[in-house]
Order: sequence, then C-alpha cells, then structure tokens
Amino acid sequence: MKELPNFTVPDTAQLGKWLEDCQPREVENALRVNRPEGCNLGGLAALLSPVADTFLQEMAARSSDITLQRFGRTTQVYAPLYLSNLCTNRCLYCGFSADNRIDRRLLTIEEAEAEAMILNARGFNHILLVSGEAPHAMGVDYLEEITLRLRGKFAAISIEVQPLETEEYKRLFAAGVTAVAIYQETYDRAVYKEMHMSGNKTDFDYRLQTPARAAAAGMREVGIGSLLGLADWRIEGLALGMHLAWLRKNFWRTALTVSFPRLRPAAGNFSPLVDVSERDLAQLIFALRIFDPDVGLLLSTREEPRYRDGMIGLGPTRYSAGSCTAPGGYGSEDNSGEQFSVGDHRSREEVCQAIRQKGFDPVCKDWDSTFQIASNG
Amino acid sequence: MDEIGNMPESRDMLTIAGKQFRSRLFLGTGKFASSKILKETIEASGSEMITVALRRVDLNDPADDIMSVLDRNKYVFLPNTSGARDAEEAVRLAMLSRAASGSEWLKLEVTPDPRTLLPDPVETLKATEVLVKEGFKVLPYMNADPMLALRLQDVGAAAVMPLGSPIGTNQGMLTSFQVEIIIEQAHVPVVVDAGLGAPSHAAEAMELGADAVLVNTAISVAGDPARMARAFAMAVEAGREAYEAGLGPSGKQASASTPQTGLDFIK
Repeated sequence: MKELPNFTVPDTAQLGKWLEDCQPREVENALRVNRPEGCNLGGLAALLSPVADTFLQEMAARSSDITLQRFGRTTQVYAPLYLSNLCTNRCLYCGFSADNRIDRRLLTIEEAEAEAMILNARGFNHILLVSGEAPHAMGVDYLEEITLRLRGKFAAISIEVQPLETEEYKRLFAAGVTAVAIYQETYDRAVYKEMHMSGNKTDFDYRLQTPARAAAAGMREVGIGSLLGLADWRIEGLALGMHLAWLRKNFWRTALTVSFPRLRPAAGNFSPLVDVSERDLAQLIFALRIFDPDVGLLLSTREEPRYRDGMIGLGPTRYSAGSCTAPGGYGSEDNSGEQFSVGDHRSREEVCQAIRQKGFDPVCKDWDSTFQIASNG
Repeated sequence: MDEIGNMPESRDMLTIAGKQFRSRLFLGTGKFASSKILKETIEASGSEMITVALRRVDLNDPADDIMSVLDRNKYVFLPNTSGARDAEEAVRLAMLSRAASGSEWLKLEVTPDPRTLLPDPVETLKATEVLVKEGFKVLPYMNADPMLALRLQDVGAAAVMPLGSPIGTNQGMLTSFQVEIIIEQAHVPVVVDAGLGAPSHAAEAMELGADAVLVNTAISVAGDPARMARAFAMAVEAGREAYEAGLGPSGKQASASTPQTGLDFIK
C-alpha cells in the first residue's frame, strides 16, 4: 500500500515575514482572481496581511459572490452532540482539561441515543458527535455502536473526537460516519507545546497528520481549524490555507471544511494569549473563501447572534444552532460540565428564521445515509 | 410555453424514453432561497422535467419542502444521484429512490471530485449499464466526450447529458466542438447540462442542435429567479427555432447580402 504523505508546516516566523511583506497591489490582484480554483497562496497571504484591512469591504463583496455562486442561497444547519467530557489531556484553554474540577460524564449508548433523538425531534438531520479524549472509556467501539444506532435517523453523522488510526476511521465510515473534524488548535509548535501540558494531545505531529488519515480512510469530508486566540491569526490562516491546499492535492475525493472557533469563556478561566476581534475573524473568513471557493466554512454558536446573522451569505456555509456543549445537556437544564459557554443561545427554529430573513434557505438535509456502506443499524 | 412566441401547432416535441415534452428546458432545484421561490420559478420556466438531488430530500416525508412543491402530475420528477462518488453508491441510491418514489427516471451523476464535480466516465458507464438492466430510464451526466456518449448510448442510456462547462461555473459552451460531434453521432437525445450561465449560452447550445438543456445555478442565484427562468425558456425556444430553420453558413470574411459573384463566363 502506498505510504501516506506527510504535511509539514513551514516555520511560523517565515510565514510572519511573508505576511509583513505583502503589498496593497497583491491584495488587489487576489481580489481580481476569477478562477474556479480561487487565488493562490501568495494571494491568501496578501488577503490575510495587515495591508488588506482597508480592503475589508471589497473582500466581503468578493467572498459573498463566490459563496453565492458555489453554494447558492442556502446555509446548512447542524447541531453538536456532546457524548463525554472525560479527558486525559491537560490543555490550558479547554474546559474539559483533566485539571478542571467539573462534573464528568460519559453518556451511555442509550443516553446518547436519547439526546440525539431530542435533536432529531427539534428538526436536526446533520449531527456532530463530540467528546474529550479518553480512549479507554470512549473508543472506536463506542463510536461505532452509537453511529449504527443513529444511522438512518440522521442524514449525516460527523465526529469531533480524539485522533484515530486510518483503520479505525475505516470502521467508522462503514458504520455511517460521514465526516471527521480535527482541529490543530495552533500551527505554531512553540505555542502548541506551551498549551498542551500532558496527554496524547501533546503530540503535535500525530495530530497534524490526522486529517490525512481520515481522508485516506475514505471519509467524505474532513474539517480542519485553529483555535483563535492562541497565536497570530494571520499566520494561522496562512497555515490553514496550506493545509487545505495540501489535502486537496493528496486527497482529491475528500470535501474539506474549515471551522473558526474563537476562544470563549470556559472552566479554568484561561485568557486568550492574543486578541482576535470580530473584524479579524471576518477578514480570515473572507480570505479563505477567496482562496478556496469550494471549502465549507463553519460558524458556530461560539459567536453572538448579531455577528452570525451579519455573516449569513458572506462566506460561511454552515451554522450550528441550539447547541449545548455539556454531555446530556439537551435532555436536562443542567449545563454544568460544558466545554465552553455559547454566544448564541437561539433555538434551531430561531436561527433558521434569521437565515430566511436574509433571503437564504436553511438546509437541514444535504446528505443521505444510503451513500455509505452499512446495511444493518 | 404558450405565452412565449406563437409556436406553430406542428412544432416538434422532444421524446425521451417514450415520454413527450413540449419544453426543452430542464430545471435543477438546488441553491434556491426558499421552496416558495422554487415553486414560482418552476411555473415560470414552463419546464416539464425537474431534477432533484436525492441527498436533499426525504422521499418518505410527505412534508418535504422540495417534494411538496413538485406536482408529479405536471412534471416529470427526475431524481439525481448528486454526491455519489462511484457506481456502487449511485446504484444503491437509485434503487432506494425508486423504492420510495416509484420513479424510474434517473439523472445519473457520479462525481468523485467534490471540487470540480466533474463526472467520472468509468463509473458513469458502469452504473448506466447496471441501472438500465434494472429497468431505469437513465440520463447520465457526462463530460463532452463523443466516444463516451456512444458507449453510454450502446448500453441503453435514454439520453446523454454532456456538460457545457463544469457545474455552477456559468462559463457557457466551452465544449461546443465536442458537443457538436456528439449531436452529430448520437441517436438518443442530447441534453446539454451544466455550466450554462446566461440565456445566450442556452440559445447557443440549442442552435448547435442540442435536444434540450438543463439549467440550475444561473436561474437559482439570479436576482429574480422566476424572471430568469422565463428568459431561459425564451432563449431555448429561439435557439431551437434557429436550429430548425437552418442557420446560414458563417465565416470570417464579409459576404454581401445580394451576391455579385461574376459567373458570366459560364455558358
């Protein structure tokens, strides 16, 4: 079997220098690119650079045009389902960090199914299964079982759990998992090391190659992202673009998405190391859209309603709604043990209404479980 | 459509798999802002063949927003396998769709590259062969490859659907040269699908002799989709009329309307 290629991130200082050297003329050129494959990496650097700030309006217009052409007047809607907040990692920024004194809970398969059916009754058809990293308590067997239970009840099931091996991803794909989200958190090795104090997650390189393993296993979609607030967002954006381009070249069958989690208040009271403003986030989103017209862009309930509503149609293509980040949080009022507190507390219907008001169709089904292999379930 | 022009009674009908169509404009249902706008657009287009991505609808849900605007007595429901990346997936999806909807019509799409959404010729041929044997009326989406069109026809495709340019690009007839060969060779209807970004592109395809065109993005993302659908319907009519009328030859050199070619020397 062909060995998996490796993605390497260039030195972040080099990327920083590249961004600093960008000229307004390069921003103008990137805005003029009208090819289905988007602008090149040089263009992305220019769009992320400080000189692009004065072009934010033009970037929004271009990003919106591209998004409209590629995705139409639609925005997909999904919900996360937290299975477990057990975690063996110690990560400074995360509410689930092993050091934090929070209520820990792993949902039984029955409890998880009950939570999922609450989401189903609320009209969700795409769900994202999320957990902390505690492979002995919650491993592939668990994920396979819950997927087989939910298969057929949901159009698409995605996972955002610990990094797995290719063979494990293959099992989960066969069971009905459509997509894998795995965020590097930061592409800056030094910051990564500082943030991840112990546990499997300390292995920067293993995590970095995870999207490739998921794609190699046949996953239909792979999502990447940086946790905004840890390192220079411009450099993170450029590294994300390089990772996207590399994945496209090596795994042309795999659809790609990018998420933009900005640090939210969480247990442990970690303060962001760097500020990422709403304006910065907008620049990052527009830049990635112009760089990659086909990539799915997710804007979660970490952001406030005002901001999320304003961004509809400008670049993002997928919104979570009615989210609770604590395991068991849909069936009870109890939010203790949450990963972070959300910024948008509206229900699915309220978010759909906001999408409609912007002249877009909230799409709750854009996949079908029959594409994938398992026939039991 | 009756309100468009005063087409003679004897105007030609399009026949696919034994079914006759007055309109040569097929419509896709993706990317619309709401099912209400979709409904208005379908009505304005005069189209009788409406394609729907199976991934977007729940055929078992009578309240499904797309299926509920699609009156199956008025329109042929043409489910498509958008999202399938190989023959096996497409066939599985088609079988389940037929079981749920009772429709044997199928627009076969096998597009393993989620970026360009270009059709995989090998898998498309394989799936067509299987589905025809299973009794489907298969309309495969294909690249504008004349050889492939013949192969698809040979295994029983009800029509072939070569692309004008990649899906959603609105680039128009980038493949005219190849499409002309397909039209020349094929005995099944040729429906130009994908990439038609303006009514003039549709007219161009029809002037070449395409039997029909399928349009989606150019209509659904237009400022006024229903009005754009009407514009496409008129362009399709115009292009078809021009083809039927027989276009004059064209060339780079000017030619006088009343030629004065000196032929006096001929006895």
